[in-house]
Amino acid sequence: MAEFLFEIGLEEVPARMIAGAQAELLKRLVAMLERERLVAPGVASKSYSTPRRLAVWVAAVTARQADAVEELVGPAVKIAYKDGVPTAAAMAFAKKAGVDVAALKTVTTPKGEYIAAPSVKAGREAAEVIAEELPKELAGIYWAKNMTWRPGKPERFVRPVRWLLALLGEVVVPVEFGGKTAGKMTRGHRVLAGDEAIPIGFPDEYEQTLLDGHVIADVETRRQTIRKALDRVTRAAGAGLRWREDHALVDTVTNLTEWPTVVLGSFEPEYLKLPEEVLVTVMRDHQKYFAVEDAAGKLAPHFLAVLNTAADAAGETVIRHGNERVLRARFKDARFFWEFDQRTPLAERVKLLEKVTFQKDLGSYAAKTERVSAVAASLAELVKARGTKLDGVALDTAARLAKTDLTTELVKEFTELQGQVGGLYARAQGYSAAVGDAIYDQYLPKSMEDSVPRTAEGALLAMADKGDTIVGMFGLGLEPTGSKDPFALRRAANGIVKILAEGEPALPLTLGDVVDAASPEEAVRMRVEIFIAERLEFYLREAKGQAYDVVKAVLAAGANDVRDAVARAEAVTAVRGSEDFLAVCAMYKRAKNILSQAQFAGPVRTDVVIKVLERLGPTDAQVSLSAKALAVGAKVYKFCKSQQYREALQELATLRHDLDVFFERVMVMDPDLTIREVRLTLLSQIVNDSSGIADFSEIVTAG
Amino acid sequence: MQAIAEKTKALTFQELLFRLERFWAERGCVLQQPYDVEVGAGTMSPDTFLRVLGPKPVRIAYAQPSRRPADGRYGENPNRLFRHTQLQVILKPPPENIQEMYLESLAAIGIDLAEHDIKFEEDNWEWPVGGAWGVGWQVMLDGLEITQFTYFQQCGGMDLDPVCGEITYGLERIAGFLQDVDSIYDIVWAVEPDTGKRVTYGEMRLAEEEQFSAYSFDYADVAKLWEHLGLYEAECLSLLERAKGLFGAESKADLLEMKRFPVRGAYELALKCSHVFNLLDARGAISVTERVGVMARIRTLVIGVAKAYVAQGQRVSESASQQVSEGRVG
Repeated sequence: MAEFLFEIGLEEVPARMIAGAQAELLKRLVAMLERERLVAPGVASKSYSTPRRLAVWVAAVTARQADAVEELVGPAVKIAYKDGVPTAAAMAFAKKAGVDVAALKTVTTPKGEYIAAPSVKAGREAAEVIAEELPKELAGIYWAKNMTWRPGKPERFVRPVRWLLALLGEVVVPVEFGGKTAGKMTRGHRVLAGDEAIPIGFPDEYEQTLLDGHVIADVETRRQTIRKALDRVTRAAGAGLRWREDHALVDTVTNLTEWPTVVLGSFEPEYLKLPEEVLVTVMRDHQKYFAVEDAAGKLAPHFLAVLNTAADAAGETVIRHGNERVLRARFKDARFFWEFDQRTPLAERVKLLEKVTFQKDLGSYAAKTERVSAVAASLAELVKARGTKLDGVALDTAARLAKTDLTTELVKEFTELQGQVGGLYARAQGYSAAVGDAIYDQYLPKSMEDSVPRTAEGALLAMADKGDTIVGMFGLGLEPTGSKDPFALRRAANGIVKILAEGEPALPLTLGDVVDAASPEEAVRMRVEIFIAERLEFYLREAKGQAYDVVKAVLAAGANDVRDAVARAEAVTAVRGSEDFLAVCAMYKRAKNILSQAQFAGPVRTDVVIKVLERLGPTDAQVSLSAKALAVGAKVYKFCKSQQYREALQELATLRHDLDVFFERVMVMDPDLTIREVRLTLLSQIVNDSSGIADFSEIVTAG
Repeated sequence: MQAIAEKTKALTFQELLFRLERFWAERGCVLQQPYDVEVGAGTMSPDTFLRVLGPKPVRIAYAQPSRRPADGRYGENPNRLFRHTQLQVILKPPPENIQEMYLESLAAIGIDLAEHDIKFEEDNWEWPVGGAWGVGWQVMLDGLEITQFTYFQQCGGMDLDPVCGEITYGLERIAGFLQDVDSIYDIVWAVEPDTGKRVTYGEMRLAEEEQFSAYSFDYADVAKLWEHLGLYEAECLSLLERAKGLFGAESKADLLEMKRFPVRGAYELALKCSHVFNLLDARGAISVTERVGVMARIRTLVIGVAKAYVAQGQRVSESASQQVSEGRVG
């Protein structure tokens, strides 16, 4: 047994791809060693990454695969023996297998009896196997974007390979990839350690040797180093200050550095007059700086830059100054744009939208504005008619101004701030908070994790905008296919679902209402409805964590009212642990099967039912089930009306006993056709009572 | 922060250019003069765009004034220019130590990396009109993007083999950084050694920025620009049409005719179209709808030229080797 270490040295790997590649390399390498019987299952292992390297350490690799005994199958018995005497065929096979003819056995296979001999497959040296198998694993690693760099393009990889290191114990394993052959040399930090290669003696020296070379190879350690440095530097900057938490940014700078340190910079307080959104966007997205805030959460005129070096005091002064200089220039630009934009108020920009194309067949943003305003207005009518309060005038103003910020210099410079800039400008230009907030929130939610618009006006504007885009694109046949969704229509539809599910106040609107308001052509409507229903299914599964079968069962009972679907799904999940409920589900499935096999046409008239029941007499199992079902049905109906689905389901589960007895004692498909119809009628009523909640036959029950 | 500027003995704008050119000349680059047709970036010069095509190795460096009419700010913005200067280095195939060479070039212009923070951050380059893209980095020095570093993968819609390494230095940015000035116009361009008199970037270029911003935004005659675009396009297309016949499989053209066919002339016409397009765009004369269409027209020209260039190279070398084997040349 020996420790194994593998490192691939690369030119700087894009930060966003490092974590995935590190995990994949570890998984592939360990799986390969297991497959090749070089490690015990669950062997201890660890992986490392920096912008310039991916590495894996494995605790115990055997020096050599164990020999494997296999059974070599030869010719059929009737060919191998003539009258019990081995034939030439048997001799030849024995010779090939390297055993005496007397040692041959007989095995029975589906094709008949054959002779067989044990054969020993000699295990191979671990180094040989690794050198052969590891390059294939490397070539299989997924990269979001890769490249070629060598003439003849022998391989594609994320960036050129600069070195390989592979050590089994202290012995080099000559793995070849990307034109390199592995040795025992690694590299330290580009600047702090220089270009000289650094030898690794044993796999377990890797971390420490790299630390000596100013590289923290362990990602978690690097992340904690950064967080602590951010804390320390912020504390030193002044009492009550703290850096603004930003996990995504911590991840990014962790993957951009090998030897991180932090420097605090400052900017002129006058820039704090710019909106915080603009300042934070410049710092975070453009410069990868952390913002600093005071105890009240207000931005302070400082920033934190994470460096990939450790400079002396003089160097740190230079670096701080350089970063401050860049940020100041950026802020100056932003301020210039802000002031320049105020010269043309949003209201005057509406007509400029005629020159901004939304989509070539759907016209300009002016045309889109018209459509979205109309959609928003008709949704507002519905909402008000159904008793929810709404500022219709503010909504209309917001809809008309919503896209005007696309003509501003600030949005041209910071496209990610579209909407937010419009909202801020609206407020600065004297519009009400209702108008400003609706414009500000119009693109929300941008993802499943993002928040939804804060107001009803914002929610309606956001849904009108998204609904119009979806219906328009579908009308042109530009719907998403497979992984291709160039207009982000899935995200738009997810947004509508999420707003309806989570918006406050709750809006009395269904998915159908939103689709209808966007007035699709008849041919398009169906496709849009199916598309949005799929997004509801996605939402229930991904955002609400509902099981696949529950989602299917619930949506089979209705996929129009989002909040109702969520409530039903949660209720089903809450009771599905109960045995009674599962038993009832199983019987529903049975009932449905019977109904469909019997090609049940519809319930028979009540008087026929009564007559038949009288004829059957009070001991028939149908009588007690009928009575019970009637009582349960009434309660379920009441619970459903008040959306007390959990209570409704608990009620339904009480049918278990009577259903059990019924199926046990009664033959539904009675030869007497009238009796049969009456029995089927009862089953259909029971199935129908629950049909507003879920189709229980979709629920997966044990067995 | 005067102290920093003094300590680094900041180079003048022209010394910066000299140092970088000398650095790359010493590493085998042929120094070329700037290309004399308007381009938006050093990549569009035929010394990059055409030389990266085909199998022939090349090492070349040149400063390229790059015009971007929409970026003009009448000389009022301290960070933006209608015309800036790129130092373009092309290494095909890229040497193994190309990144280390690049870092040495920074040392050559007085940047001691021990006192700075340098990062290679993912930044992939793309010029859709030229069917060209590559992967690489923006090189960040103390938070400032000073260089675009790209491994070209495709050009003219064709896969490159060998690929090439492209290093593009933003000279104004770097000079501003080295000299620690807040405005491009304050960059010292040159110093008279005898008098110590300083000539600034503003003195040399401000008038140009003012007037060309005004021309692009206010004066350019839109109708005439469309006319120019049409004329350049038509001539380019007709050359490309002839190239198709000349370099096609059926062609009976002789070696000299093929060699002399002006594919490069067609490329200049395509570049003219690109520049006129940029002017129209800055002038606000192209709606977003038209924009896509016009870009597609120019793409047809640029990609057509790239294909013709490759075909010409192949046909000329085939034809030449045929003549050698037939004993007609020598």
